[in-house]
Amino acid sequence: MTVDPNTTRVENHVLLRGVALCKRYIQRAPFSRRKFTVDAVNNVDLEIQVGQITALVGESGSGKSTLASCLALLEKPDSGQIFVEEQPVTGWGARQLLALRPRIQMVFQDSAGALNPRFSAARVIQEPLEVQGLSSGPELRQRACSLMEEVGLSPDRADASPLEFSGGQRQRLAIARALALKPALLILDESLSGLDLVTQAEIMNLLLDLQGRHELTYLLISHDLSMIGQVADYIAVLQRGMVVERGRREQVFKRPQHEHTRELLSFARGLEVAFHSAGAEARG
Amino acid sequence: MRYLLRRLLHSVYLLAGVSVLCFLFTDLAPGNFFDEMKLSPQISPNTVAALKTQYGLNRPLPVRYLLWVKSVVRGEWGFSFAYNSPVWDLLAVRAKNTLLLTGVATILAWLIAVPLGVGMAYWRGSWADHLGMGGTSLLLSLPELVLALGLLYFAVRTHSLPVGGMSALNGESYTFLSRLRDRLAHLVIPVATLVVGSLPLLVRHVRASMIEVLDAPFIQAVRGHGVTAARTLFVYALPAAANPLISLLGFSVGGLLGASLLVEVIVGWPGVGPLLLEATMARDLYIVIGAVMISTLFMIAGNLLADAALIALDPRVRTRA
Repeated sequence: MTVDPNTTRVENHVLLRGVALCKRYIQRAPFSRRKFTVDAVNNVDLEIQVGQITALVGESGSGKSTLASCLALLEKPDSGQIFVEEQPVTGWGARQLLALRPRIQMVFQDSAGALNPRFSAARVIQEPLEVQGLSSGPELRQRACSLMEEVGLSPDRADASPLEFSGGQRQRLAIARALALKPALLILDESLSGLDLVTQAEIMNLLLDLQGRHELTYLLISHDLSMIGQVADYIAVLQRGMVVERGRREQVFKRPQHEHTRELLSFARGLEVAFHSAGAEARG
Repeated sequence: MRYLLRRLLHSVYLLAGVSVLCFLFTDLAPGNFFDEMKLSPQISPNTVAALKTQYGLNRPLPVRYLLWVKSVVRGEWGFSFAYNSPVWDLLAVRAKNTLLLTGVATILAWLIAVPLGVGMAYWRGSWADHLGMGGTSLLLSLPELVLALGLLYFAVRTHSLPVGGMSALNGESYTFLSRLRDRLAHLVIPVATLVVGSLPLLVRHVRASMIEVLDAPFIQAVRGHGVTAARTLFVYALPAAANPLISLLGFSVGGLLGASLLVEVIVGWPGVGPLLLEATMARDLYIVIGAVMISTLFMIAGNLLADAALIALDPRVRTRA
């Protein structure tokens, strides 16, 4: 066990590490041939340790989702390296990644768009199991139903369309789908945004519960420090594609070093009281 | 099933509406088939008046319409003044030829447009996509008339393809295989004209629908589960992008039919097009009405097929239906 003096982070077993990650998009100005580049992710170093909740915070457009896509191996960074359990995977081809995919799963913000509207709820959960050849026949359906139960959804609704579920229920379905592959890391990209405070608190409680049961590691991505402040072990603050501050939760909350972190905190403190009361209400 | 029956009933209303409008517009058009006869000194005005009475042209419009509806029920679809024969006998053969041309062109156009549009969406922003977009822009600006004339010019210069008609003059004596080869050779120019004419619109629609779906998070999730790129495109993204494309398929049948009428006239394909043009020039009104009704029927059938495909393929539509 070592201590990083820059971040005061206790170095345990690192599940995923991004080193000097860069992702740049070329865009064209409207009605013009002039092109300009956007540095969505700019020289980012990030470590996600086993069993911990790492939070990535930043305002809209700060590059959180791009970084998440890179870390979930859905997008290739332009430069930099990604290590999964100390193996460099950036140059891996689709076939090599196939075996690694189940280890890292993502839950997206737009629950309606994240679930195939042509599938039933059970089929949504069965699909990754089929793709990875982890289950087949009647066992598939059983597994889907038990996962539905685990995330607090009634298996009686296994044949319903995802669009018949509420936003919170859809997000539970998306979590069940991600759990189907028994991942080590779950990336939650603004997964609680757009839900009311009570539902946010309910799903956060479910995530904490699942973390204990499945030995999960989370990368929580949010623009909202108030919610993340309740649960994260480690926080990285992103601004214009760069990590401007990182550290353990207490350190970031009590002694923020960067102006942008202080701004985000001042927003968060206003919402914190409301979140607390909603959480208490959800827990009954 | 109830939804389809309802759509079928709507189609009957639509056909009835189109037939009424057809009668109104043909009646509003100046002149009729017998007016030119008046100019001939060899035909007396009494003969012309007798012919008009014989064919019922001096009767009021509603009565003529009802008589036409009765003839449709009898399977005649009115009577051609020029051919002196029931309209259906003339139209049935021509409609079969038009259906062959449009059917082959529709299938071919979609078979080319889908992989092309999917590929352009997948490699969007690449040189291949830019080339595809530039090519479709160029083709969009080319009228079918120019395309058909260009292909005819090519065929005449190179003697590589038959020009005009749908079979060789001595085609009756051919064996089955030779007849098939001859028919295919005759189809090349009109089908190529129709396919090239409709392709840009279809490719751009497929591309746009696919881009929308490829950006959807559920496709990202599918990739995250380890599905290969080809499977993601054709098993997950294409079905999700299919709904607007299936609706477009219904309309494309109608669009191709409209285009085929013109192409048939240019390349001499014995379909409904040349018959309609001839009948319009001669004011052979029941053939005009019959041809319009056949075109409407094809278009409605195309849209009904699209509706049925939507119900079969999308559980959401099935639930709503």
